[in-house]
Amino acid sequence: MLLKITNLHAAINGKEILKGINLDVNKGEVHAIMGPNGTGKSTLAAVIAGRDLFDVTQGEILYKRKNLMNLSVEERAREGIFIGFQYPVEIPGVSITNFMRTAVNEIRAYKGLDPLPAGEFLKMMEKKKKLVEITSDLTNRSVNEGFSGGEKKRNEIFQMAMLEPTLAILDETDSGLDIDALRVVANGVNKLRTPENAFVVITHYQRLLEYIIPDFVHILYEGRIVKSGGKELAIELEEKGYDWIKQQL
Amino acid sequence: MDSVTPYRITPERLLDLFEKNRSELFANDPPDVHARREKALESFQKKGFPDKKLEDWRNTDLSESLNREYDYPLHRTEEDDQHKVFRCNIPHLDTAVIGQLNGWFVSKDVPLIELGNGIIIGSLAEAMNKYPGLVEKHLGNYASVEQSSFTALNTAFATDGTFIYIPDGVKSDKPVQLVNVIQHRENIFIQSRNLIVLGKNAQLTVVHCDDSYDHQPSFSNVVTEIVLDEGAFLDHYKLQNLNNDSTLISSTWFHLGKNASLESHFITLNGGMLRNNTFVKFNGSFGNANVYGFYLMDRQQHIDNNIFVDHASPDCMSNELFKGVLDEHASGVFNGHVLVERDAQRTNAYQNNRNILLTDSAKINSKPFLEIYNDDVKCSHGSSTGQLDPQAMFYLQQRGIGEENARMLLMYAFADEIVNKIAIEPLQHRIEDMVKKRLQGELQICEQCVLHCSTPEHPAEFKIDVSKI
Repeated sequence: MLLKITNLHAAINGKEILKGINLDVNKGEVHAIMGPNGTGKSTLAAVIAGRDLFDVTQGEILYKRKNLMNLSVEERAREGIFIGFQYPVEIPGVSITNFMRTAVNEIRAYKGLDPLPAGEFLKMMEKKKKLVEITSDLTNRSVNEGFSGGEKKRNEIFQMAMLEPTLAILDETDSGLDIDALRVVANGVNKLRTPENAFVVITHYQRLLEYIIPDFVHILYEGRIVKSGGKELAIELEEKGYDWIKQQL
Repeated sequence: MDSVTPYRITPERLLDLFEKNRSELFANDPPDVHARREKALESFQKKGFPDKKLEDWRNTDLSESLNREYDYPLHRTEEDDQHKVFRCNIPHLDTAVIGQLNGWFVSKDVPLIELGNGIIIGSLAEAMNKYPGLVEKHLGNYASVEQSSFTALNTAFATDGTFIYIPDGVKSDKPVQLVNVIQHRENIFIQSRNLIVLGKNAQLTVVHCDDSYDHQPSFSNVVTEIVLDEGAFLDHYKLQNLNNDSTLISSTWFHLGKNASLESHFITLNGGMLRNNTFVKFNGSFGNANVYGFYLMDRQQHIDNNIFVDHASPDCMSNELFKGVLDEHASGVFNGHVLVERDAQRTNAYQNNRNILLTDSAKINSKPFLEIYNDDVKCSHGSSTGQLDPQAMFYLQQRGIGEENARMLLMYAFADEIVNKIAIEPLQHRIEDMVKKRLQGELQICEQCVLHCSTPEHPAEFKIDVSKI
């Protein structure tokens, strides 16, 4: 078991957002988490990443059998957890190249490896750029500064390709993307899938799941996973809408 | 050596000193220079040292600095002259280096040189001897004794410093690096005066460094007058890396003629109590001035950037961007005052001050201020003060970057906007290097000049390689 979430409760400023999440993710699996706005999807991603805005009030998250609560944000990242953000932050003055080189080398250091020589790092960057179909000089620019919505999301996938996470959580990576950008993002994910890693794709619509075929679909509603199923659940949800879920409760 | 007895520098003491030494000290003065001296003394006598009751000095308290005892040498010593501290080198930067020790021009037996193309560089005292007409025309003509009592005091007393003259149409092919070092057995009070004159369409790059050699307390009151005639261009750098017990009042008076253009950069990396008074006056139309600043202070350090831009002519553009990082108990002041005079139509003036406070006890008083008497202008001002962006921190850490390096990356990114404005590439790399070192707390007050802090053999190491690859 790669990730085991048991009865997770989390609150922000005393307001409970997650009200008892249970979720098991194994290596090689793709999970989709769907649900209406404001039900806790992004909170779940942030809590797994270790964002200190949220207090975990009950339950636990085990990742590679380690209690995540004992690890800092960067330790979780170095252990292979990656979040593709819904709203990637702009960081003027930090070039993507330096950002990625620092990140790659810190993760290597954590694993007891020497820093990657500059030449090899550049080669790796070129390879990953091709993989996620970045042809422009995006990587010479400051992180996300002045990027279009599509460029930001593509940049998230590029970073994911660079860092080769074991567990990637993509938080509404599809929102605001046109069909071409969506395909690029989905292709990136599909190329990066291996039997050794897992993806949790958080999405509002079924559209992305036509390109990234999930093994499991979970519906998150009011802080709980109220329904789980196979990929057909996403199609059913798309047809019947979220009201269908509400009626069932 | 004679022993000296330091004393408290008070206005009374200074006036007394002036009276007792006037005939001997100022014998060299061209007539107009002397008249300005007398007027300046009068003005200082009326005003005395500024205190916190003055709006301009409300947040900068000099009382502790002025309560110290100092030796105030009125003459240069042999020691000053033969000093060998000026072996500055920036890799790949070919500069003409000139030095000042304790405010005195270090002549090494050549107090003044005149190059084939007419450029004159040397000691101001010597220039008064050799080119009295030229000095008289400019010295004390731009620095207003009414506007600043420290400038008045300096105008009254200063007899030496650096003189640079670039004739009409001449482009200085090498940057001039003026290194100002303080080293003395006792606490020292220094007043030096620099005059830089650029003729019509002349061009010059000046790198002006203020450094301490050791940890002895000092109080410097430096005035630099810089005049740019029509179409002249000056690329100006002021680098400050003084010890924590130094007080520096550095006043720079820029006077721009028609079509003149100024790029100025104030980079402050260390110092005890620092005040940069920067005055820019547009005395002709279509002038252009960019004034940038970056400061990085910690401990009990204090930095005050006071900038007054006088749009006295139409169609000029001024742009101020000052950014700073304040750590521990450091404090800062930004006072930007832009005056657009009645006839200065089509003025463009921008002011921006941005600060990062790293602790709860660090503080900044930021006051951008526009005073406009013309309705055909484009002006804006802004000021922001905050902590490192927690969202950006989280983003970097989520990619596996540790907290310390994430902070470093963000602070460096903040500085980068100013460092990027440095047009001379080797100097830009050196400043980059120094900012990195300073951010890591590794920058020391150097044994020699500020630019020796790292050498090609011992480059500054940065855990994160911020250089572009």
